[in-house]
Amino acid sequence: MASPQRRAGRLTAGATTISAVKARVLVRPKAGILDPQGAAVERALPALGFAGVSDVRVGRLIELEVSDPARLEEMCERLLANPLIEDYEVLLDGAAG
Amino acid sequence: MKFGVISFPGSCDDSDALAACSRVGEAVQLWHADHDLAGVDAIVVPGGFSYGDYLRAGAIARFAPIMTEVIEFAHEGGYVMGICNGFQVCCEAGLLPGALLTNISRRFVFRQVRVRVLGEPTAFTSGLTPGAELSIPVKHTTGRYFAPRATLARLHAAGQVVLSYAPGQNPNGSLDDIAGIVNEARNVFGLMPHPEHAVDELTGSTDGLSLFASLAAVAAA
Repeated sequence: MASPQRRAGRLTAGATTISAVKARVLVRPKAGILDPQGAAVERALPALGFAGVSDVRVGRLIELEVSDPARLEEMCERLLANPLIEDYEVLLDGAAG
Repeated sequence: MKFGVISFPGSCDDSDALAACSRVGEAVQLWHADHDLAGVDAIVVPGGFSYGDYLRAGAIARFAPIMTEVIEFAHEGGYVMGICNGFQVCCEAGLLPGALLTNISRRFVFRQVRVRVLGEPTAFTSGLTPGAELSIPVKHTTGRYFAPRATLARLHAAGQVVLSYAPGQNPNGSLDDIAGIVNEARNVFGLMPHPEHAVDELTGSTDGLSLFASLAAVAAA
């Protein structure tokens, strides 16, 4: 069961209450990098009768709640994505709750 | 020559690496959660699935406590050999350029391959003649070496591509058939094939032992 603090979308640190923000990080294979997973999906769709699909790329969605959204960029650079092979995009969803 | 082989949670080739190193020198296990390199002369970052390969292969292991010391050791010129998952860890840690991507086939490959020794000998290939071919197994799903074209050109020009898959042997779609590279200072070596699985006639080839023996000979000299 979620703790009362989490349900309220707030992280309690000592006496101060910090609002948590929901964020999504989209990670994609960089353009120009062969994506065998995307290619497999692209080949599979016509087999099910879905014509006219191209440029399929399969990436990753990371959902997280953060107290300091300003640090998301650094999180992406250092861990969530490998900038050599992946592009990332940070989407802020507003206050968690 | 004292080798240290790191064990991460999920490593599975650490025991074979220890056995291989023991044939040419002393070998001790290093624990991922420690900050102690036990005075070793060379470190093997072994194969396996460190931290479950979560997020990306090597991405979490790269921040294991012992990696602080490993990175420092490498920057001071210490010998580091990253095999398979260890190669991925070294790339994620920035000790080697490039990255390893999912095989083009998307499948796990497990087979004996012929790899060619290239260029000026390094500490890891000092006992081998350039052009020599070794028969060593590969077993991985994420072994397709990738680096931007400019980086590849620099690697070739500086003789940092030390092992390449022999013609027709590339099992994963690695750019330029690259199987193993060294860093610019030539003390960190990453390779996808598993030399530690080719040290005894029992498994069909002893060619892998030459890489460990080369390193032991250099360190002893």
